[in-house]
Amino acid sequence: MAAAESVEAKANQSVEADERSYRMQRIQNKTADFLYSIFRYFLVTGISFIIIYPLLMKISVAVKDPQDIYNPTIYMLPVHYTLENIRMAMQILDYFPMLGNTLLFVTVTTLLTAASCSLAGYGFARFAFPGSNLLFAFVIMTILIPSSTLMVPMYLHFRNFDVIGIIGGITGKDGINLLNTYWPSVIMSATAIGLKAGLFIYIFRQFFKGLPKEIEEAALIDGAGGIRTFASIMLPNAVSPILTVVLFSFVWQYNDTFYTSLFMSESSLIPLKVASLPAQANQLIPTLLGMGGANVKADPNQVAMIVDTGILLAILPLIVLYLLVQRYFVESVERTGIIG
Amino acid sequence: MKTAKLTLNRKRSLLGIAFILPWLIGFIFLFATPLVQSVRFSFSKLVIAPSGYDLEFLAWDNFRNALFVDANFNRVLTSSVTDMLLNVPMILFFSLFSATLLNQKYRGRVLARAIFFLPVILASNAVAAAESSGLINLMGDASVVDEMGQSTSGYNVMSMVMLLSEAGLPMSFIDYIVNAILRIYDIITSSGVQILIFLAALQSVPGTMYEVAKMEGATAYESFWKITFPMVSPLILTNVIYTIIDSFSGSAVTDLIYTTAFKTQNFGLSSAMSWLYSLLVGVILVIIGVVLSKRVHYN
Repeated sequence: MAAAESVEAKANQSVEADERSYRMQRIQNKTADFLYSIFRYFLVTGISFIIIYPLLMKISVAVKDPQDIYNPTIYMLPVHYTLENIRMAMQILDYFPMLGNTLLFVTVTTLLTAASCSLAGYGFARFAFPGSNLLFAFVIMTILIPSSTLMVPMYLHFRNFDVIGIIGGITGKDGINLLNTYWPSVIMSATAIGLKAGLFIYIFRQFFKGLPKEIEEAALIDGAGGIRTFASIMLPNAVSPILTVVLFSFVWQYNDTFYTSLFMSESSLIPLKVASLPAQANQLIPTLLGMGGANVKADPNQVAMIVDTGILLAILPLIVLYLLVQRYFVESVERTGIIG
Repeated sequence: MKTAKLTLNRKRSLLGIAFILPWLIGFIFLFATPLVQSVRFSFSKLVIAPSGYDLEFLAWDNFRNALFVDANFNRVLTSSVTDMLLNVPMILFFSLFSATLLNQKYRGRVLARAIFFLPVILASNAVAAAESSGLINLMGDASVVDEMGQSTSGYNVMSMVMLLSEAGLPMSFIDYIVNAILRIYDIITSSGVQILIFLAALQSVPGTMYEVAKMEGATAYESFWKITFPMVSPLILTNVIYTIIDSFSGSAVTDLIYTTAFKTQNFGLSSAMSWLYSLLVGVILVIIGVVLSKRVHYN
């Protein structure tokens, strides 16, 4: 009897001990998790701060009154607020007409790129024609070869643009000069050879390859032709790659300086104007302040302020766009199957 | 029966060609032709005439000029290619790290993601150019900018160099790490797309794998190296290639090629330079591709 009791007591004890050690373990785990999550917050906040710091600085500068420039006690938050900088930067940049131009240009090229790249991506994903693999290797080649290699011939090509002598035959001249018009970029995006178009073709191809073949076969049996199948079956299913391509194409086109300065160096587009902003600000600020005359030099600090404000104005549309669509940004890339 | 099948096949191929036709036209007239022309230009002296241009054959002169006569080309080429090669591992490491960080569940993750991808939007050469020239204008001299950049980083690296060398790390490695810390902003801003790609890869790893690993008693660290890393390894190659391609647009070599062509009007020399650059990058890409694709785990 006593022996049985002691056995029971021992068992109880060991259960208790187990429970205690289990509790200890849990507390340990919990503290570890807690410490880790604090550490993670530190990391994420730190990196986020590095990323948005320049943006915060620009916003702070944009609303700062010039009389605060030489006040050393000011950090980020100005004492005197003003909208003068924004007004001046807008005037120097000729903001709204330029923004309109840029948005029109970027939208047109983006839509053309998405259209031509989705067609090509679908063609490569679903049809086996002679040489299709070789041609797809060429697509990869267009991604890999630096565009500077093609710069000079492209420039000359668009300077005397001609399609196999047709235009020359009609007008009697050696082609037409398309430089400083939107045509070079429009033609390039319509033919899926523009800015990073190879990458977009690749994205579309990967996505269409991942779609089940059965839906197309069903459409084919129901009597839809190839183009009909593409337009009414495949495209509605391809929302996420379309979104990805449109987003990236829009952003890259908006920020591109390479092709715009090559083909349209005199056009009023945001990337070009922003790049030349410091020089212009230097020239125009004295006049805008009403201190005309060739010898008056603007305060370099104020020029820097205006330049920062101008940059902020230039990227503002993108930030607004990004805030609206950033939710889709990650999701769409996840769903394109680019990782497959 | 057989002929009917053949025609169906033929029909399908014609349809396929119709789909890629816009690209094919673009490729032939706006890629292949310029590519061949560019090769021709690189062997010739090009003079722009009112109607087109005149070529004068020079054999290897342009290449010789680029490599042995031009004062800048060699220096710019080596420095920007080394920079690119040094950046690749750092960007890879940082983007994989951030992707794992952004893939975990915690409050504020949506906001963190939104901020981490902001550089994808804001990576603009125009803005970078305006910023640096604005700063040069402010300081009056380009050399001051470098010094100022160093002093405003506001962090004394020497203490860290001492610490690391006390720990017995080789000096070249310490240089690399310290360099990475000083350029953290550049690295963060140029790894947006890479983070996106890694994040997409991480989300595609089935959660059941981690559950099994946890039941078998694997720690988070072990499951990262045994599950996460092999599963995302194919994307490492993708990201390396993307990083290299992405470095073209802002690189000093591209600028040099551009100014040689359109400021000094030496089109032949510029073509030769761009071919040398392309070949060098091509060789690097092939080497990296061969080395990495053997180590990558495909499921």
